[in-house]
Amino acid sequence: MTGSTATNGEQNLHILSVLVENRFGVLSRIAGLFSRRGFNIFSLAVAPTDDPSRSRISIVVDVHNTDATQIAKQLDKLVNVLDITELQPGSSIERELMLARVTASDADAMRQVIDQFGASVVDSNEEELIISVHAHPTELDLCETALRKFGIIELQRTGRIALGHLGG
Amino acid sequence: MELTGAQALVKSLEMCDVEVMFGLPGGAILPVYDPILDSKIRHVLVRHEQGAGHMAQGYAHVTGKPGVAIVTSGPAATNIVTPLCDAYMDSIPMVAITGQVALASIGSDAFQECDTTGITMAVTKHNYLVTDPADIPRIVKEAFHIATTGRPGPVLIDVPKDVSNETMEWYWPDEIDLPGYSPITDVDADKISEAIELIRAAEKPVIYAGGGLLKAHAADALKRFVGLTGIHVATTLMARGVFPDRDPLCLGMPGMHGNYTAVMAFQRSDLLINLGARFDDRVTGNTEFFAPDAKIIHVDIDPAEHGKVRLPDVAIQGDARQALEALIAEHEISGGSKVDRSEWKSTISGWQEQHPLQYEQADSGFPLKPQFVLEQLRDNTPDDTIVVAGVGQHQMWASQFWKFDHPYTWVNSGGLGTMGFAVPAAIGAKAGQPNRMVWAIDGDGCFQMTAQELITAAAENIPVKIAILNNAYLGMVRQWQELFYDERYSEVYLSPDHPDYVGWAEAMGCAGIRVESADEVLSAIEKANAINDRPVVIDFRVDAFEKVYPMVPAGGSNDDIILGPEGDADAKAKGTAPS
Repeated sequence: MTGSTATNGEQNLHILSVLVENRFGVLSRIAGLFSRRGFNIFSLAVAPTDDPSRSRISIVVDVHNTDATQIAKQLDKLVNVLDITELQPGSSIERELMLARVTASDADAMRQVIDQFGASVVDSNEEELIISVHAHPTELDLCETALRKFGIIELQRTGRIALGHLGG
Repeated sequence: MELTGAQALVKSLEMCDVEVMFGLPGGAILPVYDPILDSKIRHVLVRHEQGAGHMAQGYAHVTGKPGVAIVTSGPAATNIVTPLCDAYMDSIPMVAITGQVALASIGSDAFQECDTTGITMAVTKHNYLVTDPADIPRIVKEAFHIATTGRPGPVLIDVPKDVSNETMEWYWPDEIDLPGYSPITDVDADKISEAIELIRAAEKPVIYAGGGLLKAHAADALKRFVGLTGIHVATTLMARGVFPDRDPLCLGMPGMHGNYTAVMAFQRSDLLINLGARFDDRVTGNTEFFAPDAKIIHVDIDPAEHGKVRLPDVAIQGDARQALEALIAEHEISGGSKVDRSEWKSTISGWQEQHPLQYEQADSGFPLKPQFVLEQLRDNTPDDTIVVAGVGQHQMWASQFWKFDHPYTWVNSGGLGTMGFAVPAAIGAKAGQPNRMVWAIDGDGCFQMTAQELITAAAENIPVKIAILNNAYLGMVRQWQELFYDERYSEVYLSPDHPDYVGWAEAMGCAGIRVESADEVLSAIEKANAINDRPVVIDFRVDAFEKVYPMVPAGGSNDDIILGPEGDADAKAKGTAPS
């Protein structure tokens, strides 16, 4: 993932929400499958679910060259993979968290950005601020662009997580 | 009953009905080799761990049962990676057991440590690192289940030395609990009727029979389906023998070195019925030009094969035998073909008449043609002889010129193309079918890669027979250099005399015979067939300049098939840099 190009070509990005058994090497199996089949991982977020024997891996895949169904079918062959849901853009709630360490200058302008994106200042000193913001990844792109003019010293994004729309 | 992990492992293998395992002991697997002494399972001591893996494969090919290989950690585990990858590519059921350094030493770069599960992750259907001896029965049972069900494949179990030494309370699990693994074998009835509609309406249908049919024990069902529909069958390299070559509806092998008729029947077909094959690049050539007018029915137990290479019109997920049974039942209900296929049939028989496989053996007997050797072997061995090949020209000639009339009589390395496969795989096949004659057809290049396993064959009394088609070259590479690299022969000459194959065979406890002329072929074969107390090696000195035809230049369209040397100029013009 590189800088603010994080969500370029959003239409090519599908999310595979993959439920796995929490077993030795499971992440390695998934990452290995992607590299050996030539699939692209755009971002990846992984954490245990409410059931500690299961983890949920949210993989954003670039389907520009490979159809997401083929990726899902290959993933499904892994013995430790329990379930795969393909979430298409627009049909799911997507969120990502970003932490940015920025130069503290022009407090009014900074306040405007913070308010606009619903961000919060989680740490500060006289020269720098650390800003936390969680939003849809495209919103984070915009926020990142807005922060750039203050001078980004360090920035970290988590990769997106998602759940399907409830419908109805 | 309290057992050590090692005892539990061997007992678990017995519970899985293992009859024979192929292996070689070493430090980390030492605890497991002690209870092997007391086990009813036969252990075949190999001379190199790669041999253990290929023997397990050969055994699995001819018995349908999972082959078992057992080796130690580190270099032994890395030596078995090639057979694992080969088994993975060709969907061969296999269980490999590797020793590992003690759990506490893992990650410390201990002596003979390597990350076996990490290394083999990409070449196994699944693998395990055992961390508790109490898990051993469950893991062994799961491993055999995974290896043999769905799309078969290799499974590896890595057993640290301390886990083998520690004790556990013996149990045998009643059930398998693998929530993430449930291969679907039942076929969808709607898809079956859609397929039958396509079949009934097709004017130019062809069956593209793949290795999945053998895995599914579907040879009989295929015969009945063909009897019912009258549709021609081409059998891929992995499926040779699943439909009898002598049946008039058999077209032989398709692909890069396939029979002209099989290749053209695919190209001109309006319906390809793919049963357990995967549109391999050696069959399709350039996919853009492959069977351009054909609709596709694709039966595969692995849904990831549907649309991986070619999008099917009807995708049937499931076991090939069950799919065929369902197709037969539906076809019987729906009535026969709606169209007249007589024109297609006469087109096919026209191709067969015009373009049979061809070669010419000079009356003088020199130079000896490899195809002549194969025809003589074919005609002077029992009908159910098991034929095992390495990889290269000899493999293609063997597939072309043998007449396979029974399933499970052909063993070769298809997907991975592993040179050196034949000798150990033949030993494994003979261990699995000791009452059948087993002939390995090998090249001189291949033979030199794994021939030390003939010592295993001699020592273990596994009397295989090896026919080396010795052309003194890495022949297939030589063929491509001739056609596509302006006859610039780079590092392909091996010499006919070094090694002295007869001397080598004798040094390894085998009988050795040399054949230089066509006149000597029959008597040598008869002599070899009569030797059953040790392995036999025949060094057939064959024509180094003979090439494999037909040939579709790599990356080219199957329409550009070259029939013989007269087409070499075309091949050179049309062939891209081979891949």
